[in-house]
Amino acid sequence: MVAASAAPAEGGNPPFRIRGALTITRAASIQREIDAEADPLLIDLSGVERMDTVGAWLVYRAMRDRGAKLAGASPESQSLLDQVAEFDKPVQVRPEEPATFLRMIGEIGEWIAESGRTIVGLLGFFGATLVGMANVISHPKRFRLNAVVQRFDVVGVRALGIIGLMSFLIGIVIAQQGAVQLQQFGAEIYTINLIGRITVRELGTLMTAIMVAGRSGSAFAAQLGTMKITEEIDAMRTIGVSPIEALVIPRLIAAVVMMPLLAFWAMLMSLLGGGIFVWLSLGIPPLTYVQRLGEVIPATDLWVGLIKAPVFGFIIALAGCFQGMQVKGDSEEVGLRTTLAVVQSIFLVIVLDSVFAVFFGSVGWI
Amino acid sequence: MKDGQSIIEVRGLSNRFGEQVIHEDLDLTVRRGEILGVVGGSGTGKSVLMRSIIGLQTPAEGEVHVLGENMVGKTEDEAKNIRRRWGILFQNGALFSTLTVAENVEVPIREYFPYIRPPLLDEIASYKIAMGGLPADAGPKYPSELSGGMVKRAGLARALALDPELLFLDEPTAGLDPISAAAFDELILSLQQRLDLTVFLITHDLDTLYAICDRVAVLADRKVIAVGTIPELLALDHPWIQEYFNGPRGRAAADTSKEHAQA
Repeated sequence: MVAASAAPAEGGNPPFRIRGALTITRAASIQREIDAEADPLLIDLSGVERMDTVGAWLVYRAMRDRGAKLAGASPESQSLLDQVAEFDKPVQVRPEEPATFLRMIGEIGEWIAESGRTIVGLLGFFGATLVGMANVISHPKRFRLNAVVQRFDVVGVRALGIIGLMSFLIGIVIAQQGAVQLQQFGAEIYTINLIGRITVRELGTLMTAIMVAGRSGSAFAAQLGTMKITEEIDAMRTIGVSPIEALVIPRLIAAVVMMPLLAFWAMLMSLLGGGIFVWLSLGIPPLTYVQRLGEVIPATDLWVGLIKAPVFGFIIALAGCFQGMQVKGDSEEVGLRTTLAVVQSIFLVIVLDSVFAVFFGSVGWI
Repeated sequence: MKDGQSIIEVRGLSNRFGEQVIHEDLDLTVRRGEILGVVGGSGTGKSVLMRSIIGLQTPAEGEVHVLGENMVGKTEDEAKNIRRRWGILFQNGALFSTLTVAENVEVPIREYFPYIRPPLLDEIASYKIAMGGLPADAGPKYPSELSGGMVKRAGLARALALDPELLFLDEPTAGLDPISAAAFDELILSLQQRLDLTVFLITHDLDTLYAICDRVAVLADRKVIAVGTIPELLALDHPWIQEYFNGPRGRAAADTSKEHAQA
């Protein structure tokens, strides 16, 4: 230690000596020690063996804010201090945050505005797809058969397994729950009515729509969103290919065509699951089950289920593609938009389902 | 600092992806205090070499010593002590997209020094951001709000967060306009001189090579075929090196650097 440099400051306080390493490793404790020292402060650096920019910052800050004096700084320490001083520019680190109340109001406002924008955007997108459809119809050569068939495979054929299994299990669950309740009245034969009507009219289509929204709606959003980020969609536009025609319409068509087929498949599998349950559990033989189904399910039930399916498919594909096309910025947004696509499409499907229920009820298809 | 001592030593390095051999028996030494430029055609494994050195890629064979420690086969915990002594700027910045620029810079500090209080942390982040040459309002911005040049500067600020001895830069000037690229070169050079850094710099930018590199390593034929200053490399008779430095772009860069030297 160099004693000569350790002369007391004017106020008579002993100098604050730092020994050894003045680095980030000891930053917190040295900071505390400096804070504890009384003014006027004299910092003696003669015992410092190693210093880094964080250490230099601590010393520099004491000099800047408290007028601390320095003693015994080696040339290296001095050059580090000069550097730190040079980069002491007021850089904003935290975003400015308004008061909680204002922020709350602002967030509500933003949420409303965002919802409005989404609805307007979705309508606009719907219009753009209609225009795209019209273009494709007036120029049939622009119809991309390969893309559509490929989507048929992805949306439809590959979903058969999971949708079939799901529906089969749902059929068993409905039959089991129905049987337990109806047995109390000795009316277990009506389990067949329950299974038949609920799966054909409602659940077959609805559950398929939810599965398709989760499987394909999300995939649409993620695919288009990724293409947006990698500028593929911009590249397409500049080449003169309309992304609506090339990307959105094939997906829409696939969803619209595949949904009724998948829904029908789901109905059959539910009926199969329910049938196996009533056979094994209630002892109703398959032949009776099928006969009875034919008697209790009106043809209108099938139409109700199958008319809803393509509409749901359209909504799912529209929401998925719309959210995908809204992606801008970074990869995080792809995930966000994918989630939104699924949430919105399932929500819209259920809203529409209730509208359909009221509509079919009022036209007498009960 | 002891100049001339080796800070990275790569011996007999081999890297393969399936059938594809990227490196075979590659040797390279980086000396303390120098800026080493690494050049090579596309697909010669410049980035793979960097990844092997920093431990992101386990080599098929060979030894990699960084700061005197063998990096191959180290556990995560053992590697931590080395990791805090280097900073890395990835090609596309690799900023964490959910964090602001300031938070990005704070990540390494928080990781290694969790007891540093937020006010001090913010001050450190603030001058590292200034050091990276970013404007004063850049701190609270998210990476998606930054231009390409600013992303690189923010990445550099994060790389400098822990006062590294060793800085890895993967094509720092790629995708920047010539003015920003020149400014970035200058920034690297001035930081290197002030902070006593050793820089491992992968680049395609001939201007960068002429402007700031002390030595240049040339990757070709799965090896480092030559290391030396640019005049030394020019004296060699390898077709790729001749083509590289004496092609139209190479000449232009050489002329610019001569003009600068005269001015």
